[in-house]
Amino acid sequence: MQSKQMYNYPDSTGHFGQFGGTYMAETLIPAVEELSREYLRYRDDPEFKAEFAYELKHYVGRPSPVYHAKRLSESLGGAQIYLKREDLNHTGAHKINNAIGQALLAKRMGKKRVIAETGAGMHGVATATVAARFGMECIVYMGAEDIQRQAANVFRMKLLGATVVPVESGSRTLKDACNEAIRDWVTNVESTFYIFGTAAGPHPYPMMVRDFQCVIGNEAKVQMPEMIGRQPDAVIACVGGGSNAIGLFYPYIEEKNVQIIGVEAGGHGIASGKHAAPLTANAKVGVLHGNKVYLIQDENGQIIETHSISAGLDYPGVGPEHCLLKDMGRAQYVAINDDEALAAFDALCRFEGIIPALESSHAIAHAIKIAPTMSKDKALLVNLSGRGDKDMNTVATLKGITL
Amino acid sequence: MSRIQATFDKLKQQQRKALIPFITAGDPSLQLTVPLMHGLVEAGADVLELGVPFSDPMADGPTIQRASERALKHGMSLRGVLAMVAEFRTQDATTPVVLMGYGNPIEAMGWEVFAKRCAEVGVDGVLTVDFPPEESHDAFEHLQAHGIDPIFLLAPTTNDARIQQVAKLARGYVYYVSLKGVTGAGNLDLSAIEQKLPQLRKHIKLPIGVGFGIRDAATALAVAKLCDGVVVGSRIVQEIEDSTEQSVVGNVSKLVKELRLAVDKA
Ligand SMILES: Cc1ncc(COP(=O)(O)O)c(C=O)c1O
Repeated sequence: MQSKQMYNYPDSTGHFGQFGGTYMAETLIPAVEELSREYLRYRDDPEFKAEFAYELKHYVGRPSPVYHAKRLSESLGGAQIYLKREDLNHTGAHKINNAIGQALLAKRMGKKRVIAETGAGMHGVATATVAARFGMECIVYMGAEDIQRQAANVFRMKLLGATVVPVESGSRTLKDACNEAIRDWVTNVESTFYIFGTAAGPHPYPMMVRDFQCVIGNEAKVQMPEMIGRQPDAVIACVGGGSNAIGLFYPYIEEKNVQIIGVEAGGHGIASGKHAAPLTANAKVGVLHGNKVYLIQDENGQIIETHSISAGLDYPGVGPEHCLLKDMGRAQYVAINDDEALAAFDALCRFEGIIPALESSHAIAHAIKIAPTMSKDKALLVNLSGRGDKDMNTVATLKGITL
Repeated sequence: MSRIQATFDKLKQQQRKALIPFITAGDPSLQLTVPLMHGLVEAGADVLELGVPFSDPMADGPTIQRASERALKHGMSLRGVLAMVAEFRTQDATTPVVLMGYGNPIEAMGWEVFAKRCAEVGVDGVLTVDFPPEESHDAFEHLQAHGIDPIFLLAPTTNDARIQQVAKLARGYVYYVSLKGVTGAGNLDLSAIEQKLPQLRKHIKLPIGVGFGIRDAATALAVAKLCDGVVVGSRIVQEIEDSTEQSVVGNVSKLVKELRLAVDKA
């Protein structure tokens, strides 16, 4: 109980220790202040909570099951691997949990226009979906490079009635899509709700997105004892901005016997410099997209282009709470390279009949790496954050196949 | 007395409004920035805003985004910008120079080192778009210690409480962002500015400059009538983009002279 009182972040100004905060242009400060006020007003409101729970159950299809990946575990001969099946959610990833929560808030704030950034397209699809569900106008910003990589998701968003705006500036990926969404928000600040897709950005987003995603860890904490009579020895999740990871991790922070492992995108390897792993690579602290976090940058403070096989992890920063958990030593962060993620993708397809998202494949790859070093009575819970349908083209191309 | 205050005091005596052009350091080339700065002063600029390019200019429209990309491609860095100011100061000891940009390049250098270097090379003010007052404690402390003015933005969405907060911290002048949008936007609304300014003046005793969306002599004149200084950015940066290396100083001077004439009618 005592430690519970000790871990209580963010503080009232949105800081997680030295991280987080509200680094935004003045025009948007009143908007994020309003968002904080409204969120705090509804977060414990019984009616809001009931509506959120209803949508998660009847629209998203929660609770998502925990699945024992028996054949994969047997093949590795070590710890048992369990999967939290966020891939079975409506729209195919954890992103919908947060999109629903924010859309319900937007509805209460009277905003009829929503915008979003997207990398892999899963958050864009989730936002387009809830916008259709609640009758809102929806604009999604997506890097031109990602539009190429994730063509199927672009089509899905359009089917759902969203406008997809290609972003040609900078590295033409997720960070540039964020820049463009922020430019839209500053221009249409009064009419528009920015449904931000990960546990980063200016306060209150890191806290709010975490809260909406915590349904993952809260369910797992009930499901694991039902399945194996206890909590797992470790919880493992991939980290882009960090929303699926914090959703699983947060409810486990006080469970000191549960190890917490975040898996970043190692790209071509940390040493190559072509990666998206700020925590593992010991990147310097910096400020981007409204928060102070560990950030991949050059010595002059310019943001460096990142690389990952998975568009959803291809981002130079990471949410502020992960930065704090790293510094506190409560969570450990590691990197998995492109080829290791691909091998894990194949393994899950062949051993379990589950096609994972390339993002989630990073978390699976780490479990595959450490399971053989552990005894058979140990249990690893991996967040299977999304399904791999969107990645068919990428994987086929890498295998030299044209679809 | 600071160069910024001296400049605004003098203008006030002359009953004139300040003309504050913005250019991005390193655009169109590293060699042309200092000549452009001198050209701006000769054409009638009172204060220079020198943009420090950043890889992710979230508050900027396409024109200044492109300028930042060009400058970074030429290898422009915060260190390089400070060196340019030092070079400018060898021939101009009086015109105030304000660095404008985003916080991360300064964070990377460290605020203490940055503030010290600013004082050494002759920078007068610093405006970081993404560092609002609540996140500016460090910045403020170090800038103050070295006599550099922290310049803050106010916006159409800013309420009374925040105006008072900025009034306490701001030095030099206050920059009012005339519209909801990015730099270079086309939705300037003069009557909205006119309505907002009395609310600002109630708390802000410093000169108020207005920028974003001022694109020609007519808009410069109209805005100058309402405030103490007119900031022109994207229009000048566009002129730079449309010019050749040979014609750029001349073209920009001509444009700034037109703006000067307009502002002096206010
Ligand atoms: C399936 C999936 N997992 C993970 C991520 C990474 O985001 P986050 O770190 O916020 O969970 C994404 C992002 O697009 C995704 O689509």
